[in-house]
Amino acid sequence: MEEPADRGGPAQPLLIAKDLRKHFKVKGGAPGATVRAVDGVSFTIHKGETLGIVGESGCGKSTLARLLLHLIEPDSGELVFDGDPVGEMRGISVNALRRQVQMVFQDSASSLNPRMPVRDSIAFGPHVHGKTKAESSRIARDVLVKVGLKPDLFGPRYPHELSGGQKQRVNIARALAIEPRMVILDEAVSALDKSVEAQVLNLLRALKENFNLTYLFISHDLSVVRYISDRVLVMYLGAVVELGPVQEIFSRPKHPYTVALLASRPSMDPANRIEEPPLTGDPPSPIDPPSGCRFRTRCQFAETVCAEVQPVLGQWNDRESHIAACHMRDPASGHSRAMEVN
Amino acid sequence: MSNAMTLPQQPAKEQAAPKQRGYWGSVGYRLRYDPVTVFFGCVVLAIILAAVFAPLLAPFDPYKESIIGRLKPMGWKGHLLGTDELGRDLLSRLLYGGQVSLLMGVVPVAIATVVGGSLGIIGGFGGRRVNTAIMRTMDVFYAFPSVLLAVAISGAMGGGAANGMIALSMVFTPAMCRVAETATAQVKNLDFVEAARATGAGTLTILRYHILGNVLGPVFIYASSLVSVGILLASGLSFLGLGVKPPTADWGLMLSTLRQSIYINPAICALPGVAILVASVSFNLLSDGIRSAMDVRL
Repeated sequence: MEEPADRGGPAQPLLIAKDLRKHFKVKGGAPGATVRAVDGVSFTIHKGETLGIVGESGCGKSTLARLLLHLIEPDSGELVFDGDPVGEMRGISVNALRRQVQMVFQDSASSLNPRMPVRDSIAFGPHVHGKTKAESSRIARDVLVKVGLKPDLFGPRYPHELSGGQKQRVNIARALAIEPRMVILDEAVSALDKSVEAQVLNLLRALKENFNLTYLFISHDLSVVRYISDRVLVMYLGAVVELGPVQEIFSRPKHPYTVALLASRPSMDPANRIEEPPLTGDPPSPIDPPSGCRFRTRCQFAETVCAEVQPVLGQWNDRESHIAACHMRDPASGHSRAMEVN
Repeated sequence: MSNAMTLPQQPAKEQAAPKQRGYWGSVGYRLRYDPVTVFFGCVVLAIILAAVFAPLLAPFDPYKESIIGRLKPMGWKGHLLGTDELGRDLLSRLLYGGQVSLLMGVVPVAIATVVGGSLGIIGGFGGRRVNTAIMRTMDVFYAFPSVLLAVAISGAMGGGAANGMIALSMVFTPAMCRVAETATAQVKNLDFVEAARATGAGTLTILRYHILGNVLGPVFIYASSLVSVGILLASGLSFLGLGVKPPTADWGLMLSTLRQSIYINPAICALPGVAILVASVSFNLLSDGIRSAMDVRL
């Protein structure tokens, strides 16, 4: 197993996703009906950063994560890992990608084999990549230590003998066992108690420092994303609506959806209760998303132009790194509030 | 049943148990503290040993007939369990009969476990087309009541122990296949399989390390519960004259021939039935105990 090397240099983004698309056929639905789970998503992840992805349930966050690892084959789109196109002749194979990108799942229980002691679950990855049994179990011991579990005490245990937080630590250990460069954390702390969640988040931060990791952190919990992310990507109905540095997104959100999402966070101040939910109703069906802007059916600023033209991601004002997909950013769009906002 | 009896004391036992116990170790541990299962396990063991060592244990030749000693009561001239309608020693015949009955109960289940289990795992893990091809074929067999199917197959192929076993194997295979397929399909969609794929493991490696271990449990449990059904069905086939041929000693066949003498010596005539009952109940309760011992909260 060859050690993953930084091939492209620090300036080369670790992962570039270009126009990823995945439409699922609807069983028993109208012929040709598809769920547009991920509908043209593009972004880059730089080396050593944490990109947070937020969005409501069903917006395609998890599908996106699986597309990145080719656990689900994308319908179209391109992945470039450290300068190498994935799954193409001149690039790297999907297996080579999986060697460098690992994933931690939300359900800590079902992501461990119930009939395997956890040290075997961890040793499985290195073993698959050609290490001997002895080497693999040594690696398993090492990573257990790294995630703060005593190998002698926890290694021989079965998943049902561990708490949720311990299980998730094991899952993180499993992901780290093959020394990936990037870890996708798909709602990895969402199912944990708040106190345990904080411990695991701190562990993730420490691991990132120690092993030069890059994280893709998927969550619906905005405060967690704010805590851990460097940049935040907001998804709505399979598409990116806003992307920017974490402090920008949280202090000066541009897209009405991001604004509403942030406003829907419960306040810690009892005098400042949310009386009216800023977002009402469910997101529209991804089988037949609204024309034009996908968010217009729930947007308080929606106008005719929003139904007619699909807004594109673009820079809102002076900050290059902060982009959003809304007509209100573009004075040429014909939206009545476009000028006002700028 | 065995579950209800041992449940209250289990938590304490679990805590007392040291943590470093393998899965099968913990199953064995729970089994030992389940008196019902232990008892019926001993009965099953006794039945198996009695059948295996029948030639050593049998007091008389099971095929030696006697015109004057027919249907004699228990204890007559050293015949502990009396004699049958042809004057043969019943105890000896019961011991020898166990050989055939157990064989016909166990062998078809073993065949069905291997064949049906493999087909089920392939069907469960394979794509939609493979699954449809396998499972719909199995459904054709499934459509018949099992007894009817066994009777039809062995009737068509002719009697004899071998044909009877083939018939029973064909009856059990679809059910086994279904159990394996369901278990595989359930496990296949769990995150740890996806995590294994994300690690870069190939299909065969995943099957071997992650699927098999999780599917073998339910398959094994189901197989153990099928043994008693196998014994019953095998006896049924022999009773109908579709199993082994006379004068071979077999519980079903003995029941069938002694049936005509039920008014003369009912106690003797019922004995092969008692043997079938005890064997099938014991196997059933043993499998029940194994099931609850293996049913670890996962």
